[in-house]
Amino acid sequence: MKQGVVPDDLTRPFWEAANERRLVIQCCAACDRLQHPPGRRCHQCGSDEHIGWREVSGRATIYNYCVVHDTPVRVLQQDQPFNVAVVMLDEDPGIQMYSHLPGTPVDEVPVGAPVEVVFEATANGQFVPEWQVVEGAP
Amino acid sequence: MNAPRHPESFFRTEEGLGLWEHRGKVAAVGIGHSPTARRWDGRPETCVGALSLDALRRAMEDAGVDPANVDGLVMDPTTTTGAYWPRGRPAPEEVVNAFHATDNPLDGIAQLSSEWILGNMPELTDVGFAMYGDGCMARALCIAAQAVGDGLTHTCLVLKSWHNFEGRYYQGGSNAGSDLPGRSALSALWGAPVCYGTALQFAEYCRKYGKSHDMMAPFIENSRRNGLMFPEGYWAQHRPEEITPEDYQAARWIAKPANLFDNDLPIMMAAAYVLTTAERARDMRQEPVYILNHASSRTRPRSLTPTLDEVEEDTARSARKIYEGAGITAGDLSFENMYDGFALFHQFHLEGLGYRGVGFGEALDFYQTDISIHGPNPVLPSGGNIGCGRSRIWMHTDCMQQLQQRAGERQVTGVKPEVAVSGGPMPLGGNFLVWGATPD
Repeated sequence: MKQGVVPDDLTRPFWEAANERRLVIQCCAACDRLQHPPGRRCHQCGSDEHIGWREVSGRATIYNYCVVHDTPVRVLQQDQPFNVAVVMLDEDPGIQMYSHLPGTPVDEVPVGAPVEVVFEATANGQFVPEWQVVEGAP
Repeated sequence: MNAPRHPESFFRTEEGLGLWEHRGKVAAVGIGHSPTARRWDGRPETCVGALSLDALRRAMEDAGVDPANVDGLVMDPTTTTGAYWPRGRPAPEEVVNAFHATDNPLDGIAQLSSEWILGNMPELTDVGFAMYGDGCMARALCIAAQAVGDGLTHTCLVLKSWHNFEGRYYQGGSNAGSDLPGRSALSALWGAPVCYGTALQFAEYCRKYGKSHDMMAPFIENSRRNGLMFPEGYWAQHRPEEITPEDYQAARWIAKPANLFDNDLPIMMAAAYVLTTAERARDMRQEPVYILNHASSRTRPRSLTPTLDEVEEDTARSARKIYEGAGITAGDLSFENMYDGFALFHQFHLEGLGYRGVGFGEALDFYQTDISIHGPNPVLPSGGNIGCGRSRIWMHTDCMQQLQQRAGERQVTGVKPEVAVSGGPMPLGGNFLVWGATPD
């Protein structure tokens, strides 16, 4: 099980949405542009006036992955080796999220395959977005 | 005196700036390295502060500079290799009391302020310019070069030091805890080690260009071979072990496709240089090595980790800045000496530079040719971090020593050492120096 999460001011909307099984990503309304990880300002225009959050579909594509054999995180060491993939959102392939790809065998990651979001409880009960390969996908 | 952090205006971050206004007017004249160690043994004389004093004094001795004539100091106050002093554990009194202490008892042990350095070097009586350059020696060198060129200091010490304590790399702190703050949880929850981002880029590189991890073996073998000829390096001093291709391919994975030998070994050490004006350099003990340009990248990835496209765009952009400010082309490089700690991103630097005409996707094939110090295309004659230990310093010292013709056993023999580039660390966000054996 992953470490718990203690939301901070900047990321609270993301974590609160996850507890409601929704995926939201920070967005600058002026630029109409998503950004992740979130920031105090728009990474493109620099403004803090139009920063908000947008719910996204929870569909993405596996961009890349590695197999972790030596993690520095103590609670995950018993699970080694494990996949850590990067997925890119369908709404904006520039936006990345990490995933252990639950259900995908170690080092058998189908790069380019579609995935969909699921929500997984962490050690303190906070839910976190995870990603699973869409059944039937090549 | 405590130093301010550097202003961004010191850096040359944009294309189109033309020749560096101080091209050939600033020179490196002194090199000082402390001994290395795997970890701190708890003695006052081996703490990171003591190593730093040693390196600074060696650099001034090497240059033949009277400490009273030094008027500048640029250094990095952060000294961790990934090891942190345990929270709540008091600093050892016998170490604190062995030096002129500052308000922070961990100064000289787990960090380093300019106040600590100057308080423990009474021979430095005239330092009026001090500045912090965070991150690595490349950044500090850029600041010092610009400061000397701008006349803010005429004889400047540049220092970078590293401490390492007991325990495994980055396995303390929040990684050992039960909870993470929301911001860091967005990436740290998945347990990726520090080399993960580079391993990802390498995996994509191999898919895109049809390459494989075992093609890195000649590079690793060459790096360790060169590093064992670097007497200041950790492996030469403590563990003179070569790495064969068989060793490399049998090494355990850290984050596949990054294995143990693709990662550099955290160590304790300090290194210092003396920079001065070209005019003053002529009267000093060593042949001057002239700085022809400095350039920096401030590119940030769009999202969590840089993609291969972002890396390739930025290394090419950095190369254009490097060459433009120095008034040189890739064909002028005598050898290639960019950063390597992690080994799996070195090819991005090399390809961005277009060293010997090597383009994107071609470096691993280039590694299968003669890249030794005795051939026409030397790659990483310093041995880098893979060959010498984690310091981000070796390529700078090696560029200076190669151009001064005093690299000893490592001296390149297949080319005439005239122009070189060093820098890093990562492909995005790096800082770079161009060195010349002559000012023009």
